[in-house]
Amino acid sequence: MTAPAVSVRRWQGPAAFAAVFSAVAVLALVAAPLLLEPFRLGLLAKYLCYAIVALGIGLAWGQGGMLTLGQGVFFGLGGYAMGMYLKLNDAAGDLPDFMVWSGVEKLPALWKPFGNPVFALAMVVVLPVAVALLLGTLVFRQRVRGAYFAILTQALAAALVILLVGQQGLTGGTNGLTNFFDFFGRDVAADETQRGLYLLVAIVLGALYLGARQLVRSRFGRLLLAVRDGEDRVRFLGYDPATVKTLTFAVSAGMAGIAGALFVPVVGIISPALLGVVPSLELVVAVAVGGRFALAGAVLGAVVMGYARTYFSEELPDAWLYLQGALFVLVMTLAPSGIAGLAANLVRRREART
Amino acid sequence: MTEALLEIRSLEVAFGGFRALDGVDLTVGRGELRFLIGPNGAGKTTLIDVITGLTRPTGGSVRFEGHDLLGRREHEIVRLGVGRTFQTSVVFEELTVLENLDLAASFRRPLWSLLRRRRGVSEEVTAALETTGLASLAGSKAGVLSHGQRQWLEIGMLIVQRPRLLLLDEPVAGMSSGERERTGELLTEVARDHTVIVVEHDMDFLRRYASQVTVLHEGRVLTEGSVEQVRADPRVQEIYLGRAREGAEDAVR
Repeated sequence: MTAPAVSVRRWQGPAAFAAVFSAVAVLALVAAPLLLEPFRLGLLAKYLCYAIVALGIGLAWGQGGMLTLGQGVFFGLGGYAMGMYLKLNDAAGDLPDFMVWSGVEKLPALWKPFGNPVFALAMVVVLPVAVALLLGTLVFRQRVRGAYFAILTQALAAALVILLVGQQGLTGGTNGLTNFFDFFGRDVAADETQRGLYLLVAIVLGALYLGARQLVRSRFGRLLLAVRDGEDRVRFLGYDPATVKTLTFAVSAGMAGIAGALFVPVVGIISPALLGVVPSLELVVAVAVGGRFALAGAVLGAVVMGYARTYFSEELPDAWLYLQGALFVLVMTLAPSGIAGLAANLVRRREART
Repeated sequence: MTEALLEIRSLEVAFGGFRALDGVDLTVGRGELRFLIGPNGAGKTTLIDVITGLTRPTGGSVRFEGHDLLGRREHEIVRLGVGRTFQTSVVFEELTVLENLDLAASFRRPLWSLLRRRRGVSEEVTAALETTGLASLAGSKAGVLSHGQRQWLEIGMLIVQRPRLLLLDEPVAGMSSGERERTGELLTEVARDHTVIVVEHDMDFLRRYASQVTVLHEGRVLTEGSVEQVRADPRVQEIYLGRAREGAEDAVR
């Protein structure tokens, strides 16, 4: 009984982690850019953007028990902040193209500061974090949780889509912001720029993963688990669960914002369809499939589901939606810890045998 | 006469039309070990719930070391130095015994300092592991503990918070006799340097470990005194033994 416990611990030790993390890093930073053609590398970059959102969901939902169905909101805020800067940069003093088409004659006041790259990049994080802090403070203090919190976040995603679509002249409406040319002095569509962007996304994901891992392993991480499993009990330890949840939710929102900002130059568009209820839900499904209780599981889920989606959309476009739904039901009923949980079980079993 | 730590005056709690507490006065001095007894529905747990901020009273006052406790939020009351356990113990099953204690002990640290990983084990946590007899289980997840061990872990989590007042709600309910004995010893040890209020149903346990007893009945304080005084009070016998006597008469018939 004790022997396998010790060897599992050895498997999870810092040396093992460093080995696995370095191997994945070499794969992602060296092997992938060499082996994948530009189109496939671009797809991977997109999945890694989603993986950053998934990492935040893993933190909020898997560790903190906050089922957030509206991460698209924060993804969108980050994405639009970046998109607005790129549009203004391309317009070089004139109005962005879509505004001209919508008959807008003067640059809206909301847009003006986004012409400054420093301001726009700051907003990528500040906007999502501020919205999450505000929402968290209002909601968690009132002890709204569980399904009610989930529905609230979903409603927020739906509301943002309606707002964006309705303000054609301000936001580009259903089309969103697209047709970007210049990304900080480089041609955004060039293979070289795209490879650089891929590397940037991979490095950001790696750094955020390490940060989130540190958070989970800290005392704060223990406290977060405690809040997830016994919010009322935590109160009687003298902590305010609302603060713990609000801060964690804000971190996950900040991650989604960064992901959205990276997504824009990688994919070349940000639009309401990319941040509404459905994409938000798809990412939650991906996190569940990958394993919500492990940060690596969340990341893995986003990448695996991204590939699965592309593969099935190419081969059997109609089947994908049903397959995704079936997969979610299967995972939730049979393997609630997802792929990561199954893998951990396998390792444990193998260690027990030796 | 010790200085009063907790002063409760004409406390009233009504749930709909039902008066759970109907003008309770209670004074607990520094360093006291006070037992709170009474039949089901007497208002014992409600009283503790009011002190710890879980239930809002309809009238009266609760003062602790000069602070008015009413209207404060639960974690604020804990921060003033009032700790409690629950009838059904709630420890964090996914955390180890050590992590449970460490989390309890860290509650006065500023939140940002919690972002660092725990290095080593603090003295008070080590001491609590010893006191509760859980040292050998420090690295196990709390989910594997027995019912008794969970209660001790909870008491341990209370001790490391260094509260000035401990409220224990039925600490021996559902325990085996061996576990009761161990809990009694733990209680005696804790009471040596803490003020403790124990809600208890178990008369045997009361006889062995209580000194001062307050009897609640139908939301009021019926009587107060030493175990002997209280046991000799005919009204206490009435509410506690009345039913038993009837039962005995039934048996004779």
